Amino acid sequence: MKYYLQQCGIWLAAALVCAVLPLVFSSGFALSMLSQMGIAIIFALSYNMLLGQGGMLSFGHAVYYGLGGFLAMHAINMVGDGVLPLPLELLPLAGGLGGVVAGLIFGWLSTDRAGTTFALISLGIGELIAASALMLPSFFGGEEGISADRMVDTTLTGFGFGQQIEVFYLIAAWMLVCIFLMFLQTKTPLGRVANAVRDNPERAAFIGYNVRWVRTLQFTLAAFFAGIAGGLFAINYEIITAETIGAIPSGSVLMMTYIGGVGHFFGPILGAVLVTFMQLSLANITHAWLLYFGLLFVGMILWAPNGLAGIIMLHQPVWKAGLTKRLLPAYSLIALSSLVLFLGAMTLIEINYHLSLSINPDEPMSLFGITFRAQSPLAWIVAVTLIIVGFYFFRKTQHVVRRSWNEVTQMMKGGR
Amino acid sequence: MLEYVFFSILNSLVLGMLFFMLSSGLTLIFSMMGVLNFAHASFYMLGAYFGYQITNMIGFWPALIVAPLLVGALGALVERYGLRTVHKYGHVAELLFTVGLFYIIEESINLIWGRNAVTYPIPAVLDFPLFTFFSTQFSAYRMFMLLISVGMFVGLYLVLTRTRIGLIIQAALTHPDGVSALGHNVPAVFMMVFGGGSALAGLAGVIGGIFLITEPAMAATLGPIVFVVIVVGGMGSLTGAFVASLLLAAIQTFAVGIEYSLTDLLAVFGLQIDAGGLLGDIWRIQLAHTGPILPYLFMVLMLMFRPKGLMGKRES
Repeated sequence: MKYYLQQCGIWLAAALVCAVLPLVFSSGFALSMLSQMGIAIIFALSYNMLLGQGGMLSFGHAVYYGLGGFLAMHAINMVGDGVLPLPLELLPLAGGLGGVVAGLIFGWLSTDRAGTTFALISLGIGELIAASALMLPSFFGGEEGISADRMVDTTLTGFGFGQQIEVFYLIAAWMLVCIFLMFLQTKTPLGRVANAVRDNPERAAFIGYNVRWVRTLQFTLAAFFAGIAGGLFAINYEIITAETIGAIPSGSVLMMTYIGGVGHFFGPILGAVLVTFMQLSLANITHAWLLYFGLLFVGMILWAPNGLAGIIMLHQPVWKAGLTKRLLPAYSLIALSSLVLFLGAMTLIEINYHLSLSINPDEPMSLFGITFRAQSPLAWIVAVTLIIVGFYFFRKTQHVVRRSWNEVTQMMKGGR
Repeated sequence: MLEYVFFSILNSLVLGMLFFMLSSGLTLIFSMMGVLNFAHASFYMLGAYFGYQITNMIGFWPALIVAPLLVGALGALVERYGLRTVHKYGHVAELLFTVGLFYIIEESINLIWGRNAVTYPIPAVLDFPLFTFFSTQFSAYRMFMLLISVGMFVGLYLVLTRTRIGLIIQAALTHPDGVSALGHNVPAVFMMVFGGGSALAGLAGVIGGIFLITEPAMAATLGPIVFVVIVVGGMGSLTGAFVASLLLAAIQTFAVGIEYSLTDLLAVFGLQIDAGGLLGDIWRIQLAHTGPILPYLFMVLMLMFRPKGLMGKRES
């Protein structure tokens, strides 16, 4: 009983947060960012149905996102023309339907084997669909894509959807429903068998499960939710181009999911929020955001392969045992040295960007409020020194962290 | 017609040998280490940019030697300090590491050389038409590319079949565990193969950057094609990679000149199609325009029906 109350509490709190957030962050930029986060969360969770739960590494998940988006866009136009009597609130279902159909076909074709073969087939299908999108201009709209007007007369709630906040609430509602359904899906027999197939397909087949069919079903469901995310994308932006199907969103959903952590259900949510935030806010500050993003991704793979969720769950027992403060000194040391390393790298990157991309490289540039000339050797020396010093201490403090982590685990094992 | 066929064959040879230079390293790396190296085409791009930079500073001929060596050294470092660290987390982490590397290399290129294509012209010594057949000229540079790649092919063949290290590599292709059980330093062999494969990609970049185009998107354009080559050829089979390179290059080169669509095909059988609707375009696509999708179609079909590839000995 207590468990269920706790569960209900989490969902209620999530709904409350979604309701209050746009009132706190009410600027246009924040609202559009929140909307994008909602879409990204659905998309990343659907991706984790493949990678995390089914063990299928896909490089073409955006196919279902994009196809769903295009289908929803055509559906909006049909609703606007009065051909299709579907209220706008339910339009993402049209996207989901597109995802299901495409997912069933391509899923069946590609899930005979997992592992590298699956990854390559998904890459091939992704490239295939993205390349054909440009050849079928009537459906995909060619270079300029297709657009629609979401302010249609057929609605359930009576919202006009002229304002971004109404769109946000629609996205948030869909997001909560989708998260809930995807969470329930992990508890169903299919979700469990998908885990078994991920861990040991041979044994699962021996027990009598049709491995390929399990993967196909899991794949189709993932494609359904990706299609819903695509439908919300169509409503949110009112324009969609062939790029949405391509390699870039496929790659970024992979990164979101992995950075967030594939091992836990809530991981991709964290990843989607963080990555969307970085994409939007960093892109405003610096041209080099993709580089920082790539560095973060590689850093996560090297040092935190279980993602943000993995880091959090690793510390849960420590937190419960009340030993967190024993880790703090070591953590603050490594944070300090990483900060120095990062500052050095960042200075070097920004100097180079200034030299190669700005209109007049001779003009002084400013970083952290300090204005200097990019060509001055002092700036280079400072940057390189910071990198060397930071890297040296980073390697040193890694040992310190490991030692204090070992101490804490010892205390948890034997202490009580 | 003869002219078209003749030049298409020559051009597909040039392109195919370039593909092979890229895919030979990739297929060796993949079959030995099980790592599908997404950053392989990035090393090709690095080779092109290093070649461009060194050509500007010293000259083309030193660049032809130095740039691949630099790229190879970089590749070896990546294996030693990156991939080997990630290895313990499994193949997915290794693969994703190379994906991240792909992004980092692309952005670093943006950072240093800018987002636009750089002018990397044909060296003056080689900038003349070698011969004229009917009315089309064949440039000396293409012949030079062909020579370099054939030389590389022969060199690679000799190293793999005539040297001790080549024999170890061949053995490690099929039985990596057995080789390490015999006492060979397999990690060192891995590092060497990764470095060597990257150097070959770098060489392809130095000469291919001139032939195609040197821009930050070049890795993303060529990368998937190279995957297609190793899949179609068969994992771990150099001969397969060779055949598949030539085959794919031929498909791409020949398809460009054929302007038939499904409508034309059906018309042969006396059927008239006048399709409208959202997907009516399918019937009107000319074969010439399907160049970009043919390789992927080929790869997907191959993976579904013959995952071993044309000449592969085992599945992935």
